[in-house]
Amino acid sequence: MISSIIADMVENKDRAHHDMGGLPAGPVDRGEHEAAFWEKRVDAIMMLLSDKQRRLLRVDELRRGIESLGPDAYDKLGYYERWIASITGILVEKGVLTQKEIDARIVQLRSRREAKP
Amino acid sequence: MNARFAPGERVSVDKRYPKKHCRTPYYIRGKTGVIERICGKFANPEELAYGRDGLPKRPLYRVRFRQTEVWSSYNGMDDDTVDIEIFEHWLKPASKGAKK
Amino acid sequence: MSEHPHDHGHPHAAIEQTEPQGHYQYLADAVRELLIEKGVFTADEMRRAIEAMDARTPAQGARVVARAWVDPAYKARLLADGTAAVEELGIDMGPTKLVVVENTPNVHNVIVCTLCSCYPRMLLGLPPAWYKSRNYRSRTVIEPRAVLTEFGTRLPDDVDVRVHDSTADMRYLVLPMRPEGTGHMSEDELATLVTRDTMIGVAQVPSPS
Repeated sequence: MISSIIADMVENKDRAHHDMGGLPAGPVDRGEHEAAFWEKRVDAIMMLLSDKQRRLLRVDELRRGIESLGPDAYDKLGYYERWIASITGILVEKGVLTQKEIDARIVQLRSRREAKP
Repeated sequence: MNARFAPGERVSVDKRYPKKHCRTPYYIRGKTGVIERICGKFANPEELAYGRDGLPKRPLYRVRFRQTEVWSSYNGMDDDTVDIEIFEHWLKPASKGAKK
Repeated sequence: MSEHPHDHGHPHAAIEQTEPQGHYQYLADAVRELLIEKGVFTADEMRRAIEAMDARTPAQGARVVARAWVDPAYKARLLADGTAAVEELGIDMGPTKLVVVENTPNVHNVIVCTLCSCYPRMLLGLPPAWYKSRNYRSRTVIEPRAVLTEFGTRLPDDVDVRVHDSTADMRYLVLPMRPEGTGHMSEDELATLVTRDTMIGVAQVPSPS
């Protein structure tokens, strides 16, 4: 009995955070939320990067990137926040973009936006 | 790579826990079901996820499991099922002793 | 004007400006701008990708269901090879394959993706938030009847529930049962009865009367 409980615990350690089928969870929140424009743009970035013409990014790579964000980020981030975090990580990994230029662009975008009345 | 299993055949899912990306859900590992259909051959997601080509393509199946055999606490009906797509390299023939 | 420099004529600037912009929105803007500057894709391709996304709605799936309801030969083809049958109606499944599962008086089908959020976008558009939620993904495989009840779908005990966990290259569409009292309706009228949720399998098509 105790050994089977321990065996279960050992197995649970092997369950990846995103692999949640069968775990206890609450009622389904059926509220409708239409995708925001920036979310659609993240989706479109993925569609374009993975299309036949480009094939720069596979959906499997997107998933692997999301799964490796860690349990904390997986739960805290919104759906498309996870997507853009994963997409960015893989583009940097592949050398399509550098972290340095992304960081610099974010600083620029922030100051551009803050300069607006 | 020709499909090793035929529809109707009983198969068991490997009970292993790789640390890398894979598409075989945790809850179905070690369970026994029946081949519902052969879906065709597809590149291996365990390779594609790391930027490799995932070739050769591998047979993918839909495997049907009885819910009462998947979950010890299942409280629906006896004939309820769950169908899951599983790649051939996760499947082996069910042992003779496996529950029907 | 909005903080994104290109002019694409979308009426979203007002909405966006009222909300504080978080780190990930900046990240998304930065990545998009850099990819356009490097010529990976153009602003125009981005605009068209979003237009195509907006054009994919559950009306596509409803068209397929209505056709299957009025044309038994089409229904047989749809169940045998979903990908080819929707192609006949001009719907391209892309790299995925379509499996259509039929509800009958004895069988009710419901779709979930426990590992992420695989969804038949070509037929239903973007998935609803609940489809992507932890609660739906965790529970639908282990207690489908309880989840269905939350959606107002109560199934008698003699109906078998078939859950489909969308884990790899297949995408799923539920072919709901045609309700009673619709014998006089045209294919187009029938299509208006078919909702997104009935094609995911969390709801049934009610009789119009």
